[in-house]
Amino acid sequence: MLSIENLKAKIDEKEILKGLNLDIKPGEVHAIMGPNGSGKSTLSNILSGKKGYEINGKVTFDGENLLELETEERAHKGIFLAFQYPMEIPGVNTNTFLKTSINAIKKARGEKELDAIEFLKLIKEKSAELKFDEKILNRQLNVGFSGGEKKKNEILQMSILNPKLSILDETDSGLDIDALRIVSEGVNSLRNKNNSFLIITHYQRLLDYIKPDFVHVLKNGQIIKSGDFELAKELEKVGYEDFN
Amino acid sequence: MDSRQKEIDSLKDYKYGFSTDIENTKAPKGLNEDVIKFISNIKKEPQWMLDFRLKAFERFKQLKEPDWQKPKYPKIDYQDLYYYSAPKSMKDKPKSLDDLDPKLLETYKKLGIPLQEQARLNGIAVDAVFDSVSVATTFKEELTKQGIIFCSMSEAIQKHPELVKKYLGSVIPTTDHFFATLNSAVFTDGSFVYIPENVKCPMELSTYFRINASETGQFERTLIIADKGSYVSYLEGCTAPMRDENQLHAANVELIALDDAEIKYSTVQNWYPGDKDGKGGIYNFVTKRGLCKGINSKISWTQVETGSAITWKYPSCILKGDNSVGEFYSIAITNNHQKADTGTKMIHLGKNTKSKIISKGISAGKSDMMYRGLVDISSKADNSRNFTQCDSLLMGNKCGAHTIPYIKNKNLKSNIEHEATTSKISDEQLYYCNQRGLNQEEAVSLIVNGFCKEVLQQLPMEFAVEAQKLVGISLEGSVG
Ligand SMILES: Nc1ncnc2c1ncn2[C@@H]1O[C@H](COP(=O)(O)OP(=O)(O)OP(=O)(O)O)[C@@H](O)[C@H]1O
Ligand SMILES: [Mg+2]
Repeated sequence: MLSIENLKAKIDEKEILKGLNLDIKPGEVHAIMGPNGSGKSTLSNILSGKKGYEINGKVTFDGENLLELETEERAHKGIFLAFQYPMEIPGVNTNTFLKTSINAIKKARGEKELDAIEFLKLIKEKSAELKFDEKILNRQLNVGFSGGEKKKNEILQMSILNPKLSILDETDSGLDIDALRIVSEGVNSLRNKNNSFLIITHYQRLLDYIKPDFVHVLKNGQIIKSGDFELAKELEKVGYEDFN
Repeated sequence: MDSRQKEIDSLKDYKYGFSTDIENTKAPKGLNEDVIKFISNIKKEPQWMLDFRLKAFERFKQLKEPDWQKPKYPKIDYQDLYYYSAPKSMKDKPKSLDDLDPKLLETYKKLGIPLQEQARLNGIAVDAVFDSVSVATTFKEELTKQGIIFCSMSEAIQKHPELVKKYLGSVIPTTDHFFATLNSAVFTDGSFVYIPENVKCPMELSTYFRINASETGQFERTLIIADKGSYVSYLEGCTAPMRDENQLHAANVELIALDDAEIKYSTVQNWYPGDKDGKGGIYNFVTKRGLCKGINSKISWTQVETGSAITWKYPSCILKGDNSVGEFYSIAITNNHQKADTGTKMIHLGKNTKSKIISKGISAGKSDMMYRGLVDISSKADNSRNFTQCDSLLMGNKCGAHTIPYIKNKNLKSNIEHEATTSKISDEQLYYCNQRGLNQEEAVSLIVNGFCKEVLQQLPMEFAVEAQKLVGISLEGSVG
């Protein structure tokens, strides 16, 4: 469903991705690990359509040229990014944001939008599943949320939107042990033969819960090695420095 | 793009920009005693009203147009304007909505204010002012039962002269300042409201102002009196056709709250702002002032200012009664070449008086926004308090925002607090929203509505929804 061929990306004349290849099929879970600054967030941003990069290469999503689509169009087609640093938007109620989001996507797909009652029902169900304190949804979006609350909020949004491709950019960083389990369950419950995941992480622990189908090592803007879950364990032992 | 397409596109931006082709009765062009007599005469006004106008005109001739405001504009030729224009069909005033010229009914329907249905469905009483005259007031009978007077100013002058005589000009004296004095001389119509003692007005009262005729100034006059222990919530909405010329709108609005009375005055101002290059649009130079005359009285202004080429107004409260409260909640949005110089004045005269100012200014495009506010606590106003919060939001880097708070505290027992912030919508915030499926316009609208929330909350429900949409629409195209 997602195919990346020889992807190169520059920002302000600085080369970040230097010919990256990756193929994700429906239902697969891929993990990407790599040192700080290796380009992991850059990759997530390019896939989800952040502006400002000079891009070369080919990226298709369900056979369509992804790079030509607007950010929101990608979201409509089912691409979701759980941000490494979710943005605060003062004054905007979190519930309102979620509802606007899901209805914008439904509208773009020509589906019926949710009314207030249907939406609340969905929210209730999903927050219960994720053991997410609903009270927080009445607060301004991410404003004053703790680091972990912000991350959990991203996962709640993911489970509400039920995306085809979910990209999690270090969602596990800064989570306590319980939250880590919740996030993993969030991912696992969405897992099926159509939904795929690209999970960026620094730690094997998350992968213990999620059990990815593939693990890739991103270094210097390229995937230098791919393997299965064992690769993560090896990395944990050796570190990136000596990993070639 | 051919010119027709252009026209269609611009209509899309300002959907109230159509004009109604209707025959008008106009006063001769120009400003002089004869024109004032013409206006007074056509309205069959009593002598005292004409005297009021002429006195104001005498004064006006000695006044100089102010020029201290931030937005400058080309000199207005006051002799080149019409001061009265009314649909011919209004000459013999229709007795009911059913007798109203269908073209007028159609106009209001297009504006989203179907007078007939509005009357039945919404439970909001509307006074509709078309150019210089009030064309219809709905729900009259129901209000009358409770002793509430809600009618056009012209009718009030005829039917309730004692109230008009007593209160007209009591808050904004005819000698006040250039535009207010001009209004006192030539005002044409507007709304009049009187709420009797201890009556809580059971519905929202609202006036809808429409400028239609070209080269015509609109000088309306509104007077609201809330007698002891009464309450009223009043709403004002406005639109105008798109024209290349600038049109002047110089209204006077006076509010009087007696002991324990409360007036809530909300405005959703959406006059034509001019085109993308700054051509045309309304000059909205309005004087709005409320007098908290009685003890424990309260006046609250809420304004959502999205239209006009230039908005220049400071809805104010004079807190005369002890324990009286004044509030000002404002959202002002300028886009393209729009300019606004707006704010409020809170004059604390009584003891234990309180005022609160929440101002949200949003500027986009090449527009320029100024908040100017005065808080004046007199030496007698013991234990008085003001809280002011002024937030500005900038979109892009070609617009401007300025804040000038004037603070005069002459009482050591009183206290003024002022907070101000300036922020920008960040690309990261927009990206976050886009990633969640919102397009650029939806994202901007959401973020800006969040920024304005405290003010939007003050509006009555139905209008809050309208206002939210308006906030989104008026910023369309403001980010890449
Ligand atoms: N706007 C920018 N201008 C210049 N350099 C940038 C910009 N954005 C990112 N970079 C650089 O690109 C490189 C890759 O950044 P990226 O955020 O993708 O790393 P990462 O792999 O996600 O790192 P981490 O593990 O710390 O999150 C870094 O060296 C970063 O400093
Ligand atoms: Mg990163």
